[in-house]
Amino acid sequence: MSRALHIGFIPLIDAAALIVAVDKGFAKAEGLDVTLAREVSWSNVRDKLNIGLFDAAHLLAPVAIASSLGVGHVKVPIVAPLNLGLNGNAITASPELHAAILHELEGDRFDPMATARALARVVAARRRSGAEPLTFGMTFPFSTHNYQLRFWMAAGGVDPDEDVRMVVLPPPYMVESLASKQVDAFCVGDPWNSIAVDRGVGCILHFASDILLRAAEKVLAVRQSWAERNREVLAALIRAAFHAAEFSGQPENRAEVAHILAHPDRIGVHPDVIERTLAGRLNISADGTVRESRNYLLIGRDGAARPDPVQAAWLYAQMARWKQTSLSRAALDAAMAVFRPDLYDAALGRSAAAGALESTEQIGAFAGPTFDPGDLQTYLAAFGKPESTKG
Amino acid sequence: MGAEFPPKEPSPKIVIVDESPIRAAILEEGLREAGFTGVVHISEMQSLLQRIYALDPDVILIDLENPSRDILEQMFQVSRAVRRPIAMFVDQSDAASIQASVDAGVSAYIVDGLKKERVKPILDLCVSRFNAFAKLQDELDRAKSALEDRKVIDRAKGILMKLKGLTEDEAYVLLRSTAMREKKKISEIAQSILTASELLK
Repeated sequence: MSRALHIGFIPLIDAAALIVAVDKGFAKAEGLDVTLAREVSWSNVRDKLNIGLFDAAHLLAPVAIASSLGVGHVKVPIVAPLNLGLNGNAITASPELHAAILHELEGDRFDPMATARALARVVAARRRSGAEPLTFGMTFPFSTHNYQLRFWMAAGGVDPDEDVRMVVLPPPYMVESLASKQVDAFCVGDPWNSIAVDRGVGCILHFASDILLRAAEKVLAVRQSWAERNREVLAALIRAAFHAAEFSGQPENRAEVAHILAHPDRIGVHPDVIERTLAGRLNISADGTVRESRNYLLIGRDGAARPDPVQAAWLYAQMARWKQTSLSRAALDAAMAVFRPDLYDAALGRSAAAGALESTEQIGAFAGPTFDPGDLQTYLAAFGKPESTKG
Repeated sequence: MGAEFPPKEPSPKIVIVDESPIRAAILEEGLREAGFTGVVHISEMQSLLQRIYALDPDVILIDLENPSRDILEQMFQVSRAVRRPIAMFVDQSDAASIQASVDAGVSAYIVDGLKKERVKPILDLCVSRFNAFAKLQDELDRAKSALEDRKVIDRAKGILMKLKGLTEDEAYVLLRSTAMREKKKISEIAQSILTASELLK
């Protein structure tokens, strides 16, 4: 008899492993009868997972950590035994802001330090002329998008809490908000960056992989209590998602995966946009300029699926850096314990040593010292408080 | 229990964020009947935070179908965009009421400091009105689909009468017996007749 599971997801391309697991039969092969529920907000996904309406979810990695720590919301310990995707975000700016940054640019346009410094000059010029502060959209307070934008601009000397406005926007509203000038730029996963470019209302300024080489993005999340009571089922779910992720990561399967994801009940956008994203080949401006990077979105390759507690530590460090929580050893340990490579290895029948070989433990940030989870205080002190661009 | 406030406490200011005008009206009416006089409905999601800050509510109610719910989560943060943090109605001991509100499809955000006893009746009322609305919607959908079915069946009967020279009653009996034999709904058989006749035109 197959086991019925309810799994929530947000229509984004990094939900691919779950959608393909269900629609291509990987879940069924593991004896799982999965019903996917498309949700409209991360708050809903979190709450429905927390109270048990969902058995598992496609979740922002920082939300899994915040929920486990009880930061910003009810404390419900979550475990993440598999990464659904690494990277996959981009920073897209309005054509006006994009041009202003390029105008101030000294150096390579894909060098995030050069663009961040250029942004600082744009911000300073706007203040001198009495213009409104720039507004940046991101998807959730506890999101990689929030931390990636902040990390980037702070490196150039822009204080994200003082010099600009950071606002939460649901991904489906991003493009419209950029078009109507409610925001000047945003950081979001795809398809939304590509849709903004295709509509001629935005230019992709950075792939988030310019900022961090490897960043845990969405995880397969389950309640810790559920994981303990349903070990076999969870192992089956990990295997189904793993095989679906591997399938999705193969270049020869891209067209089929794009077709599956494009279905109106799943992501509901044109398969071409999805295929471009899976290939890491994006149009970055309306004139048809294409940029390609194999690091743009990592699903099912380069050891992307195995959760790495160092990634959890980095995200926790960002929460502390931006005053969402305070720094403590106990909280750091709890954050790192959310990411469970042991469950991943066990489900796939691998030894821990073999599993560890699969991961390349690095964050690869473009600024600051090498990340050391053993000494967050020193790591964070290296960034200091960003020098405000105020005169 | 109802709204048994000590007479001196003013009614808390409540904002309803809902794109469904009917559901918002049902909820607003319920709240007013229960003595909550300061109720404002926001249906326009643009600049939602600014609108909310301008109204400065004590309680914010939002439907769960609304993607803008994530925007409200930002109110717990301190930043340039959010000058005054707001807490969520988080009562770790009261799992049942959280469950009830999620089931009903509504979520509440509460300004820090408002007492739990004051929030509870608002939330309870909200849950019951949301459930009432869902039931109403369900009935409406069913009535609509029954009407659609009847139209399809009438057209299929017409086709059968014309093609096979049957009376209306005979056409209906034929539809019904075919449906029983194939274990389908009469409207499904009727629909396939319409589709076939389209194809054969």
